[in-house]
Amino acid sequence: MRNFLARRLMFSALSMIVASMAVFGLAHAKEDPINLFIQPGYFMAPETLAALKAKWGLDKPLVLQYLTWAGNMLRGDLGDSVQQSRPVTTIVGEKWGATAQLAIVAWIFGTITGIPLGILSALKRGSPTDYFARGFALFGQSLPAFWVGLVGIWIFAVYLGWLPVFGRGAGLPFFEQAKHYVLPVLVLGWGPMAGYMRITRSAMLEVLDSEYIKLARAKGVSERSVIWKHALRNAIIQPLTIATLLLAGFMDGAVLVEVIFAWPGVGRVAVEAVNSNDFMLITGTVFIFTALYLFMSLVADLLYTVVDPRIRYA
Amino acid sequence: MISQSESTDSTTVPARFTLTRIPRASWRFIRRWPVIPVVILSVLLIFAVFAPLIATNDPNHQNLRRSLARPFWYNEYYETDPLGQKLEKRHILGADKFGRDVFSRVVFGTRVSLAVAIVSMASGTILGAWAGITSGFYGGLFDELMTRFVDVWNALPFLLIALVVSITVGQGVMIMMVLLIMLTWVGLVRNVRAEVLSLKTRDYVLAARVAGASDIRLMYKHILPGVSNLLLVLASLRVGGLILTEAALSFLGVGIPSRIPSWGQMISDGRDTLDEAWWISFFPGLGIFLTVMSMNFLGDWIRDRMDPRLRQLAD
Repeated sequence: MRNFLARRLMFSALSMIVASMAVFGLAHAKEDPINLFIQPGYFMAPETLAALKAKWGLDKPLVLQYLTWAGNMLRGDLGDSVQQSRPVTTIVGEKWGATAQLAIVAWIFGTITGIPLGILSALKRGSPTDYFARGFALFGQSLPAFWVGLVGIWIFAVYLGWLPVFGRGAGLPFFEQAKHYVLPVLVLGWGPMAGYMRITRSAMLEVLDSEYIKLARAKGVSERSVIWKHALRNAIIQPLTIATLLLAGFMDGAVLVEVIFAWPGVGRVAVEAVNSNDFMLITGTVFIFTALYLFMSLVADLLYTVVDPRIRYA
Repeated sequence: MISQSESTDSTTVPARFTLTRIPRASWRFIRRWPVIPVVILSVLLIFAVFAPLIATNDPNHQNLRRSLARPFWYNEYYETDPLGQKLEKRHILGADKFGRDVFSRVVFGTRVSLAVAIVSMASGTILGAWAGITSGFYGGLFDELMTRFVDVWNALPFLLIALVVSITVGQGVMIMMVLLIMLTWVGLVRNVRAEVLSLKTRDYVLAARVAGASDIRLMYKHILPGVSNLLLVLASLRVGGLILTEAALSFLGVGIPSRIPSWGQMISDGRDTLDEAWWISFFPGLGIFLTVMSMNFLGDWIRDRMDPRLRQLAD
């Protein structure tokens, strides 16, 4: 176990380094970022320019810039945003809560609807319930999330007026605030829910078809016990382990949903940073997203070995 | 079609032709073969190939007098003269803010969506197959590096990386394809590699090696056919997701450049006028949905035909 953990951690660190190099390089690849400071049509004295460059460390070679950045990063400092002149960590810290809340609520929604639906449709294979569940999943996988969001806004917010159009509704009473979550959560959670449902369904079908289930039935174990004790416990392993990865995936998907619903989260910060070529903020946010994903996949790997003892630590 | 289904049906004894049998037989046919997805995809393919013949209005022609013109089921479909007489047909599916014909844009949009998806899927599959076969076949350091590389690659937040690339490198159909190829190929390597690891120890491969076959010959004559089913299934299951990704990027304004009509871009165009002109965003979305759904259906069908063992690969 120790060995496995050490290897796994080392690999995560290596991934982090490679990923941060790639992102740093990409964010600096555009024309000299110093042009950000010069308004079009204005002239800047060469001395001022040189001073500015020195201040942001842009006069040094890219490798040196990266090393400086990486050194600061290890001390928990991701540099300052060029546009807002504030530390990247502060900016991300302010917005982090909104993204995490949205992702977690969508994740819970996906899990508590997807897994039971998958079980139900496997148990009642070929029934109208099965067809309904599979149809629902098919729609979730085929509909573009941003379009569902727009059509949802159009129907429920504009036409019917039941739900708010955008924002997070911070500071409103609980029920009013919950209304703000309905559409974004549905848009973010539907696709992954479909994934859960399909995986659970096929795992459950496979288990139900296995010898030990037949044996349990032949022994005269009650149907309830067969399903809940023998089948479900074995079928649930796969959906559970992808759950952690999905949570990380939600953070990525949140970028789109935050743009559609004007949700004040990190995803929007990242999109704005890209649009304004704020290289420090771009590097910082992408880095954080990547770190989060790597952490989640580490958790997924560990969970896998805990849930399923048959898997050896390799 | 009817006689075929009757021959397989053993429960009905007399094979008489009655009108009531037609719906049942055709229902059975539809359930057995992927009729609906194939029909939808063929129509879309025809749209894409013959776009200028089907959509006679120029998709980029702007006419501010027709801004937000309504679809045909509203009376405004006909341009009327002062006496109230109908003169000529206008926009079947309405027009957008700049008076561009929505129908033409949707039809031309199929071109971009299908071309991007098919090209990047095909190239991504080739690249992924190469990487998977080579690393599985040789093993060792190359294999180790490849698997690590794939893991790192998978950890990158694709949407954000694509945003950064579009800003630094620029936008274009080519760039879009390259981005999607980069997204596609890593997803295949792991599965192909696992399959190759088991294939290369099979007797027929060993026999070929004893007979003096070179590594290249072993990989492409003996192992590649063994993974081709897997490749076909994976590609057909994932091509729908590629279309969705392309549309999402275009929606964010970083995908296909705006001078080329694309579905994602159109949905984004209609955002501001959703309450007065819903058709601008609605129809391209419907196009995406139909395409992706048909491809998913077809992918499922191919998977079940080829190898039902692969059921878990769907997601």
